[in-house]
Amino acid sequence: MSTGDTTKLTLSRALNEGLRRSLDTDPKVMIMGEDVGKLGGVFRVTDGLQKDFGEHRVVDTPLAESGIVGTAIGLALRGYRPVCEIQFDGFVFPATDQIISQLAKMRYRSKGQLTLPVTIRIPFGGGIGAVEHHSESPEVYFAHTAGLRVVACGDAADAYTMIQQSIACDDPVIFLEPKRRYWEKADVDTTAPIEDALPLGKARVVVEGSDVTLLTYGPLVRTCIEAAAAALEADGRSVEVIDLRSLSPLDAGTIAASVAKTGRCVVAHEAPVYAGLGAEIAARVTEQCFYHLEAPVLRIGGFATPYPASRVEDHYLPDLERILDGVDRTFRF
Amino acid sequence: MTVELIQLLTPEGERVDNPEYPLDDVDIKGLYRDMVLVRRVDTEAIALQRQGELGLWASLLGQEAAQVGSGRALSHRDMAFPSYREHGVAWCRGLDPMKLLELFRGVSHGGWDPEEHKFHLYTIVIGDQTLHATGYAMGIQRDGAEDEAVIAYFGDGATSQGDVSEAFNFASVFNAPVVFFCQNNQWAISESNERQTRVPIYQRAAGFGFPGVRVDGNDVLACYAVTRKALKAAREGQGPTLIEAFTYRMGAHTTTDDPTRYRVASELETWKLKDPIERVKSYLARGGEADGSFFEQVETEADELGKHIREACRAMPDPTPLSIFDHVVAGENAIIDAERAQFAAYLDQFEEAAR
Repeated sequence: MSTGDTTKLTLSRALNEGLRRSLDTDPKVMIMGEDVGKLGGVFRVTDGLQKDFGEHRVVDTPLAESGIVGTAIGLALRGYRPVCEIQFDGFVFPATDQIISQLAKMRYRSKGQLTLPVTIRIPFGGGIGAVEHHSESPEVYFAHTAGLRVVACGDAADAYTMIQQSIACDDPVIFLEPKRRYWEKADVDTTAPIEDALPLGKARVVVEGSDVTLLTYGPLVRTCIEAAAAALEADGRSVEVIDLRSLSPLDAGTIAASVAKTGRCVVAHEAPVYAGLGAEIAARVTEQCFYHLEAPVLRIGGFATPYPASRVEDHYLPDLERILDGVDRTFRF
Repeated sequence: MTVELIQLLTPEGERVDNPEYPLDDVDIKGLYRDMVLVRRVDTEAIALQRQGELGLWASLLGQEAAQVGSGRALSHRDMAFPSYREHGVAWCRGLDPMKLLELFRGVSHGGWDPEEHKFHLYTIVIGDQTLHATGYAMGIQRDGAEDEAVIAYFGDGATSQGDVSEAFNFASVFNAPVVFFCQNNQWAISESNERQTRVPIYQRAAGFGFPGVRVDGNDVLACYAVTRKALKAAREGQGPTLIEAFTYRMGAHTTTDDPTRYRVASELETWKLKDPIERVKSYLARGGEADGSFFEQVETEADELGKHIREACRAMPDPTPLSIFDHVVAGENAIIDAERAQFAAYLDQFEEAAR
C-alpha cells in the first residue's frame, strides 16, 4: 500500500532503490557488469548492492560487453533475470551481435518456447563534457530491431518504477538512463505498489497544452518542460510536452490524441535527426493525424555527424533555444 | 607453474645481466630524461583537470618505464597503435603533448597525423586497436617491407575482450609482424587481475602459437630490451610476440575515479618502492654516469615543459560551432551540407539580434 509519502531521490539513487527492490522480491534477479560490485558502478547506480546481496547476485564481470550479454542470455535460459550494465553508450557495440542476433530473436526462433527476460541498462546521451564514446544516443539501432523493447526514463520517479517493470518484463529490454540527469532529484513514492504505476509501454503527458505537441524522452524531458514554460511566458503559446518513455513500441494512441488536439507536433531528441526516432514519429503522426495537422512535424536533434568534441557539444545538443526555435517554426506554416 | 620475469635493473638500481638481452648501446640518461618529462606532462595534466582546464585525464603514473622503454625500442619506421593512456609512447614518437591535451580538454578527438609520427590515434573502446595493429602488420607483410613492424598497446582489462583474442589469433595464423604490448597495471578500473584472467597474461600467447614473455614493467631497461628483441623477430618474419609488462597504475583510472573505494593504500606503498624513475636515478648516480648537474638540468627542463603546457593549454582555442560538420565523409554529402547551412543560418539569427 502506498502511504502517499514521497522521498526526494536523485535519478541514480532511484535506480538503485528500484534495483534493490527487484533483487529483494525476485531471487532470480541478478546484476552483472563492469565495476558494478565493489565500486558500485561508475555512476554509483549499483552502490551497496553487492554488499547486501552477495557476489553471486551482483557480479563484477570480466571487461567484455559481448561476454556480459552473451552469458546473460545463458543465465536467462536457465531461469535467471539478469540486469546487465553497459558502462557507457559507446561501449554497447561489442555486444550488439549478442543483442541483435541472439537476444532479440530467441523467442521468434523458438516459436515462443524460449523467454529471455534480460534488461540491459545503458547510460546514454551527452552534456557531461566527456571524451569520445561517452555521450552517444544509440537507441535507434535497438528500436529498429524487432523483439526488443526500448525504454528511456526521464526523471527519478520513472527511473524507480520503470527499472522494476523492465526487470519483470518477459521481453528483453534496452533500458536507457539519461546520464546527465543522474544527480537531479525528484519526488519518488517508494511505497506505492508497482502494479499501480503507469505501464511500461505508455507515454506520459508531463505538461498539458493546447497549441503544439512536443514529444521527447530521456535527458531532454526536463529541457522540454523548461521550453514549454518559456514559450508560454514569451509568446503565450501553450505547449503540451509528452515524455514518450517507451521508444519501442511507441505509444501511438497518446501521441495521436495530443496532436489531434493541438494540430502541431515537434519531436526533440539528442540522437541525430537523420533516420532517428523522430522520423518514425513524423511518419506515423502524418498517417494518423493528417487532417488535423496545421504544419509538418518538425524534428530537433543531433546532426548527421559523429558526436563532436565536448567543447562544442553544447552546439550539437538540442538546447532550450533550438527547441523553442522548432516550436516557433511550426507556427510559420 | 613458474612465472618468469625479465628484469635488467632491480628496484634498488642494480644492473642484472641477461645474455639474451644485451644492453651495450642504450642511452640510459636519455631514458631517464624521457621518463621524468612524461611524468611531468602527467602531473601537469592532472592539475589542469582539477582546475577545470581539461575534461578528463587518464594518468600514466607508474607506467613510465613500460611506455618509454617500449617506445624507445621502436625504429622510426615502426608503427604504434596506442590505447588511451600511452602518453609516454606518444612522447617517444615525437608527438607534441598538447595534441593529447586537446583530446582530454575536449577540443578534438585526436586529430594528429598518425603516419607523420607512426603513432595511431588513441583508441578508447577497449581492445579494438589490437585488430587494427594486426591488419596494419598484414599490410606490411604484403608490401614486403622488411624493415617495419607494428606494436599494439593495451591493458590487462582488454585481454578479456573478444577482439584481443581475435587479434592474437589473426596475428598468429598470418604470422604478422606485430608485437602485442600489454601493460598489466593490475587494475581495470575497480577490477583486479583475478577478474580478468586465471593465468598470467603472457602465458596466453602459447595457446595461440607464439611466444609470450613477462617483463618487469617498472624496469625501463628490460622493457626496452625485450621490446627491441620482439620487434626484430617480427621484422625478420618470425611473427608476433606477446609482452606482458608487469606494472602498477599508481594513480586513479582517470581523474573521475576514486581508487580508495576498491583498493588498499598499502598496495600503492609497496609499488612506490618499485618506482620506475627512482631506480634509474640510483643506478646513474651510483655508477657515476650522471652527476647532480645532470639531474638538475632534467628538472629544469621539466619545469620549462610544465610551464609551457600550462600556458598552451589555457590559450588553446575552442573549435568553432560549424567545425562540427567538417571531415565526416570524404566526398560531398547533401544531408550534412544542408544541416550545416541550416545551423549557420540559425546561429546568424543570434548575431543579428545582438547587433
